[in-house]
Amino acid sequence: MAGKPIGLEVSLAVAEAVRLCDADVVAAYPITPQTHIVEHLSELVADGKLDAAYIPVESEQSAMSSCIGSAAAGARTFTATSSQGLALMNEMLYIAPVLRTPVVMAIVNRALSAPINIWNDHSDIMSVRDAGWVAVFAENGQESLDLTVMAFRIAEDPRVSLPVSVNIDGFTLSHFIEPVVLPEPGEVAGYLPPFRPLVKLDIAKPVSIGLLGTPESYTEARKATDDVLLASKAVVSEAFADFRKHFGREYNLVETYLTEDAETILVTMGSISETAMTAVDEMRAEGVKVGVVRIRLWRPFPVEEFKAAIRPAKNLAVIDRHMVLGVPDGPVALEVKSLLYADPVRPAISNYVLGLGGRDVTRDDFKHITKRAQEPEAPGRPRFELVGVWE
Amino acid sequence: MTNAAKTPYEKVTAKTFPKGPDALAPGHRACQGCGEVLALRLLLKALGTDMIAVSATGCMEVCTAPFPQSSWRMPWIHVAFENAAAVASGVEAAVDILRRKGRGPDRRIPVVAVAGDGGTADIGIQALSGALERGHKDFIYVCLDNEAYMNTGIQRSSETPFGASTTTSPSGAKSKGQSTWKKDMPAIAAAHGIPYVATANPAFHLDLMSKIRRAAAIEGPAYIHVYASCPTGWRIKPELAVAIGKLAVNTRIFPLYEVLDGRYVLNRRVDKPVPVADYIKQQGRFRHLKDDDIAIIQARVDEEYERIVKLADVFPVEAQEAS
Repeated sequence: MAGKPIGLEVSLAVAEAVRLCDADVVAAYPITPQTHIVEHLSELVADGKLDAAYIPVESEQSAMSSCIGSAAAGARTFTATSSQGLALMNEMLYIAPVLRTPVVMAIVNRALSAPINIWNDHSDIMSVRDAGWVAVFAENGQESLDLTVMAFRIAEDPRVSLPVSVNIDGFTLSHFIEPVVLPEPGEVAGYLPPFRPLVKLDIAKPVSIGLLGTPESYTEARKATDDVLLASKAVVSEAFADFRKHFGREYNLVETYLTEDAETILVTMGSISETAMTAVDEMRAEGVKVGVVRIRLWRPFPVEEFKAAIRPAKNLAVIDRHMVLGVPDGPVALEVKSLLYADPVRPAISNYVLGLGGRDVTRDDFKHITKRAQEPEAPGRPRFELVGVWE
Repeated sequence: MTNAAKTPYEKVTAKTFPKGPDALAPGHRACQGCGEVLALRLLLKALGTDMIAVSATGCMEVCTAPFPQSSWRMPWIHVAFENAAAVASGVEAAVDILRRKGRGPDRRIPVVAVAGDGGTADIGIQALSGALERGHKDFIYVCLDNEAYMNTGIQRSSETPFGASTTTSPSGAKSKGQSTWKKDMPAIAAAHGIPYVATANPAFHLDLMSKIRRAAAIEGPAYIHVYASCPTGWRIKPELAVAIGKLAVNTRIFPLYEVLDGRYVLNRRVDKPVPVADYIKQQGRFRHLKDDDIAIIQARVDEEYERIVKLADVFPVEAQEAS
């Protein structure tokens, strides 16, 4: 079942996943650091290794528009972008879920301008977190590939039929060569059924997609989308469980590391989680009871799974890679605080924003955060730190 | 390499006028006397329902598709305002690849994007340019030009004619209304080197219907720029939709022509033009214009018409009289 790992740049692994899934249409516009994915996809199409239409659109706004059209026409559809490209797609990102178009998109996470910056943080995805997409975060190369395969299955499941984003940290993950097991096409076909759209632009059975929502129907249309997005959590779990059966690799909505007896838990997303776990190993050697909870499924938010994962902790150190301007907390912390507010017993929650615009995130950062999180809580003052900022 | 001029297609004549129900169902909510919905109805009637339609946000989308009703009897999608060309690109690419992979109908299916002048010449021009340049084989883009943002309340666009008063180019003590000339969208479309560009007008309905048939027959992107009168925005009587359309051609204001593989064909020579003033004086949007202003417009109209005549004369292709 499990093949031999090969050294592969993570961007190429994502493109290979799209090939293994036999995507029909790729519409994309190049932007750093997403470029290696679309370059490799173009190459696969040019070499006849992927039988797909590659639409070299003139902007990301058109990329997402074309993807919506393509998915609505019944084609398995993929795109990839980063930062400003995602921002330019903004309008379409909110439309795709309501039209139930199951586009799969790799977001190679990069900081939003200004100042212009091509390096990694999560400000791009966090600025569109409420658009209605299923969103997962990858930690390493294998996960980037696997989640891309699973994304097609989740998106196209008729119980979901929603777009899915696979978030991959720009450069620090996307441009690294990592050991990756590449499944065989037959194996993927056994896992990913052919795309049978819920509704499509079919001449034999014409439908109208994208009607005007008057005040009498708009609320219900939004609710219908939200209902489906919330319910998609079960399908994601199912897709993860079935993936393990087919490929032997285990995925959970929320991952835990050394949390059983942890007094302090670091809440992370994406590739910095590996650094956090290394830091935890070093702190554990010194007797610090600290662990990591990594959120893999960001939308829909896995409320129960997350609460169960952090239950043992006294202190919760929530780490954000995006700064929300005008409010003293990052998006993950805002979410976590809101979720736990009504609970009679909850940990002391502190928030740390770091690694903005590609600034290094080190083991020392996590050790510093762990110390801070253990400090007694000052009444009436939210504990927030912009880690490593030069004053 | 296909030859656009030689590609066979079935013209619509009085005898071969398509029978049966309209592809655009009645009961839509367009204004009385709307020239745009008339054009749309005729275009769709010519193609029938063996096609996929993509609408930009605008009058035609709003008046035909309030949930849970739709006038569109073929598969139809609306996503947003500026991106009809991009959505249609995705649909076209998908239909083409699914056909090749044996998962769709094994025949050419025209994908027709429909947008207004704002959705085409202003906010949608980038998406349109991209789609035309990429050369989608079964892609037809129809611009229904009613010369302003009518759906939002008659704001000027780059297709608003010189001198027209709109809510954002109002006439006043220091303004004669729109101060610029219409953007030449057919020329811009033709500059992409696409095989087929045409202008059309619902007052010449057989010509209009034949042109979309021709667009569907020719392999490669096609662009049709359609004159669409608007009683509300132009402040004309609702019963004038067809008459004003005829005048637009007979004054030379809106020449009917095709561009086949870059070669201009004038479909209707207007040797004895009606004065432009006859067209202008029927419309409230031009009410403030004086004779001097109209003379400026007349000169420009003549110049533009002569330019098209010259372009058509450079490469004489058998002209086709609009009926």
